[in-house]
Amino acid sequence: MKPAPVAFHPLARLLHWSMAVLIIAMLFVGVSMIADLSPRHTLLISVHKAIGLALLVLVVIRIILRLTLPHPPVPTDLPPLQRLAAGASHLLLYALMLAMPLIGWGMLSAGGYPLPLQLPALLPHDLQLYAVLRRAHGWLAYLLFATVLVHLGAALVHALIRRDGVLRSMWPGPIRRQPLEAKE
Amino acid sequence: MSTPLHGLPRALRLAAIGLVLATLAAGFAYAAGWIGSAALSPKRIIDTFEDQAGHFPGYRKNHAKGLCVSGYFLSNRQAESLSRARVFSQAQVPVIGRFAIGGANPHSADTSVPVRSLALQLSSDDGEVWRTGMNTPPVLAVSTPEAFYQQVLAMTPDPATGKPDPARMQAFFAAHPESAAFRQWAKDYKAPDSFANSSFNSINAFALVNKAGNRQYVRWSLMPETPFVALPGPVDDPQYLQHDLQQRLSQGPLRWNLRLTLAAAGDPVDDPSQPWPAERRTVDAGTLVINHVDPPEQGACRDLNFDPLILPSGIEPSADPILAARSAAYSESFNRRSREAAQLGARP
Repeated sequence: MKPAPVAFHPLARLLHWSMAVLIIAMLFVGVSMIADLSPRHTLLISVHKAIGLALLVLVVIRIILRLTLPHPPVPTDLPPLQRLAAGASHLLLYALMLAMPLIGWGMLSAGGYPLPLQLPALLPHDLQLYAVLRRAHGWLAYLLFATVLVHLGAALVHALIRRDGVLRSMWPGPIRRQPLEAKE
Repeated sequence: MSTPLHGLPRALRLAAIGLVLATLAAGFAYAAGWIGSAALSPKRIIDTFEDQAGHFPGYRKNHAKGLCVSGYFLSNRQAESLSRARVFSQAQVPVIGRFAIGGANPHSADTSVPVRSLALQLSSDDGEVWRTGMNTPPVLAVSTPEAFYQQVLAMTPDPATGKPDPARMQAFFAAHPESAAFRQWAKDYKAPDSFANSSFNSINAFALVNKAGNRQYVRWSLMPETPFVALPGPVDDPQYLQHDLQQRLSQGPLRWNLRLTLAAAGDPVDDPSQPWPAERRTVDAGTLVINHVDPPEQGACRDLNFDPLILPSGIEPSADPILAARSAAYSESFNRRSREAAQLGARP
């Protein structure tokens, strides 16, 4: 049996960081466009739909990679409660990354809006269904932002306080293996 | 390198991490408009409509009283060279529409409001959708959303009379000389006795884009084929226009010609308060035929947002700030009434 890798696969790291940039951009675009009525509103709406569609494609690829590629384990010395929190927050992130673009798509369908690229409607035109999805899209966006903050905070604690290999395992540049091996 | 930190270094680093997270959260709150200067938002505009006219759950927050209609658009291909949009070449395009009167009160008497509107959705066979909301005035009194908001505030009904304070309106118009064309229209306007003989105007300009990629700014109007008859003096029936429309459509279809007015170089295409010179070339793009009306507040138009920026390929928005603001405010109105429908089962 091959030993578990010390770092994520380069493709997984590429996806992680490109999606991180896009998701944070999406959250800021989304929250600012709904309060805006200048011509920027028009531009931001179309940017929001385009990035949302791109993120849907990316998250599907990412879930497949997560399930097929080997990935580094959580540090063994992490207290059980923190292990649980790490697992749960990652599961929540994946769920939200998948749900947000699908809710956006379903919400436009239920609102009777034309869809970008003339995509088929996911759901029937139904005003009450639209209302539920529109609210869910907003509240889940706040939850996603909060989860991203927790995720970032945890990554920084691993890197700066615990000083283990967790952040390095997802680092976008080449991995320096030396310090990790020297530890053993 | 790999030993966990303790003591002061640990506290300092924890504080630094906290600062990073707090900065991001503050940036998010700023982007959302929760902190910082309160810019005019779609929410504030719709709140103001509701403050002034009252809260009517389930109804549109402006042009609240209306009727759904349907029919089709017969293109005559005259505008095919101006725009690649399929609506200008397809022989017959299905149309869903809504006739309404201005104002946020769905119980206003039909003839108590000077402004009338017609909103349309044209669905062409290439899958594209064109929504347009048109009003009886050809221009607005203002050219920016902020001035529009000031106008709405100036029209706040006086609690004593239930009508806007004339002095306040006068002060507003004096402060907004760009309203001259609108005031002239309001002075000269003779209300027709029907939706059928009313003309409706896009007010905002749009760019038509043809197959070669050439852009031509236009405004459009629906010119009625039904001859003008002035509204007779005071009318008793609060549903006068609705009854009239139902009665006329029971006799046969009603027709309007879609007239495109072509801007010349230098015409104000981003300012809905400024008319274009009367001699501008016009193109008659086809005929709108309305042949069906639904019972009040029912029908396919009810659950649609007639966002004027839902445009097919071949029609593009101008940079008019009011056009963008209409789109944003319509969306807020749509979200709000859909919420009322879901929570209260409120239906118009």
